[in-house]
Amino acid sequence: MALLDIRGLRLAMTSFDGETEILKGIDLTIPQGAIAGVVGETGSGKSLTGLSVSRLVPTPPGRYLGGRILFDGHDMLAASEEEMRALRGTRISMIFQDPTTNLNPAFRISTQMVDAALAVAARDPDILSLPATARRRQKRAVARQLAIEMLGRVGIVDPAQRIDAYPHQFSGGMRQRVLIAMALIGRPKLLIADEPTTALDVSVQAQVLALIHSFVVDRGLTVMFITHNLGVVAQICNEVAVMRQGEIVESGPVAKVLTSPAHAYTRALMASVPTREMKRGDLSFSVDPVEAAV
Amino acid sequence: MSILVVEDLVKHYTVRRGWFGGAAEPVRAVDGVSFVIDSGECLGIVGESGSGKTTLTRAILGLERPTAGRILFEGEDIHALSPKALRAQRARIQMVFQDPHASLNPRMSVRDIVAEPMEVHRDVLRLSGRQITDRVAELLELVRMERGHLTRYPHEFSGGQRQRIGIARALACNPRLVVLDEPTSALDVSVQAQVLALLIGLQDQLGLTFLFISHDLAVVRYICHRAALIYRGKLVEDGPVDQIFDAPRTDYAKTLLAAMPDPDPGKSPFWGPAAQGKIQPDSEKGAP
Repeated sequence: MALLDIRGLRLAMTSFDGETEILKGIDLTIPQGAIAGVVGETGSGKSLTGLSVSRLVPTPPGRYLGGRILFDGHDMLAASEEEMRALRGTRISMIFQDPTTNLNPAFRISTQMVDAALAVAARDPDILSLPATARRRQKRAVARQLAIEMLGRVGIVDPAQRIDAYPHQFSGGMRQRVLIAMALIGRPKLLIADEPTTALDVSVQAQVLALIHSFVVDRGLTVMFITHNLGVVAQICNEVAVMRQGEIVESGPVAKVLTSPAHAYTRALMASVPTREMKRGDLSFSVDPVEAAV
Repeated sequence: MSILVVEDLVKHYTVRRGWFGGAAEPVRAVDGVSFVIDSGECLGIVGESGSGKTTLTRAILGLERPTAGRILFEGEDIHALSPKALRAQRARIQMVFQDPHASLNPRMSVRDIVAEPMEVHRDVLRLSGRQITDRVAELLELVRMERGHLTRYPHEFSGGQRQRIGIARALACNPRLVVLDEPTSALDVSVQAQVLALLIGLQDQLGLTFLFISHDLAVVRYICHRAALIYRGKLVEDGPVDQIFDAPRTDYAKTLLAAMPDPDPGKSPFWGPAAQGKIQPDSEKGAP
């Protein structure tokens, strides 16, 4: 069954030059338990598609011209802000590219994770398995235990000690793990990962991908994986949608789309990725340069 | 013939403990690195963040004085040169930066950006303003842009075009060595492919020598003749790219290659060929 179903989504953005249609009718279905890649180049609208699902696109300047987003029975575009707040963190979570800017440098990891846990617990008390009448101090103590447990789950060594560190004491890969732990503390059904490994080294990237994959296998998490890196898509995703200029040009199982692409753009994109086997000057770059502006 | 020889280069940074404290254990940013670049070749320097790539480059550009070791450029130790001689030397080593949005002055026209190195080295080149403009137009054509772009400003161009302006600027003084610091990592794959093709074409056409710094192994294999892997300030492995990629000798090279995401879904470590397209918990996990 589809956990997320986007039909005919159209989004326009207003700028000084007037209104431009950014998403021109997106159709995307993500089944429960899938890791669905959304690939595209700069400006293709992949991030705005992700932000639309958790309805984080500011309106204005954005304006939805049409379409609907059905997530787990909720019509996301019609939901009130109050309903959205209840869904974010508990049903849908997001992680972003730059783990540094998403953590507050002035607070300890523990403070930030406990706050996140308490915020989701206010919506879903089962997370702390405490009665709603429990004292605040007790809740904090349980939330801290949960945070330590999550840090351990994402592979932070000695989490009980490390949780009181500040973000600058962690490396980039560790900070991304902390954010994944924070995003998953409310046991969401859908994780929207927007370029989660772009800022990381390849070896750390491999670890973060393995981590995301383990949550999908062990906990039935569904992931919308937004990236520009076809190599990463080929590794971690089982479904993929290729976006170009606000439209999905091709979608389907990764094995099918990446090994026998039907659309010329997908083929051109695949052809411009250097692979390990390629020799100097081998690349057959036939992509029509999307040279805008001039 | 070797154009650049790096001999046992060491760069340590001393850090102080607290406000008044003494020196702590120095940070060994580069710890005894030696390599040679031959004229006309492209050497790739590969390393993860914090490996010492940047410090190494800064030392080669003469921006950082090494703690020990020597850097010989065309037979001369660049850190033993007089300030005047070093300035002249700098015309022969040029640099292309990673971020084409940050490395071009938004208030300067393309003509002025590309002409700036020629203005700086005017005493050597002795070109009139007119000659400089002609040379800029020539350079723009070399990087497949047009004379009409001379009077435009950086914001009017896409990332790929800006990076080509950066390349034109680096070539302005006819350098012997061009240092490219992750020149394509901020670009989309299709644009990256074009810039890489341009760089290979320029190198073959002009007989340039490239020092190509990258963390993208596939790009390094694609453009470089030889590669050197550095890890925590030490050179771990170097050799022809075919050897490093097809028969890596060290564990670090093997780990790095294994972590490279391959665009072939059949090689996914998470979903083996059999598990493709559907979710199969418990099976295939960790399979190659």
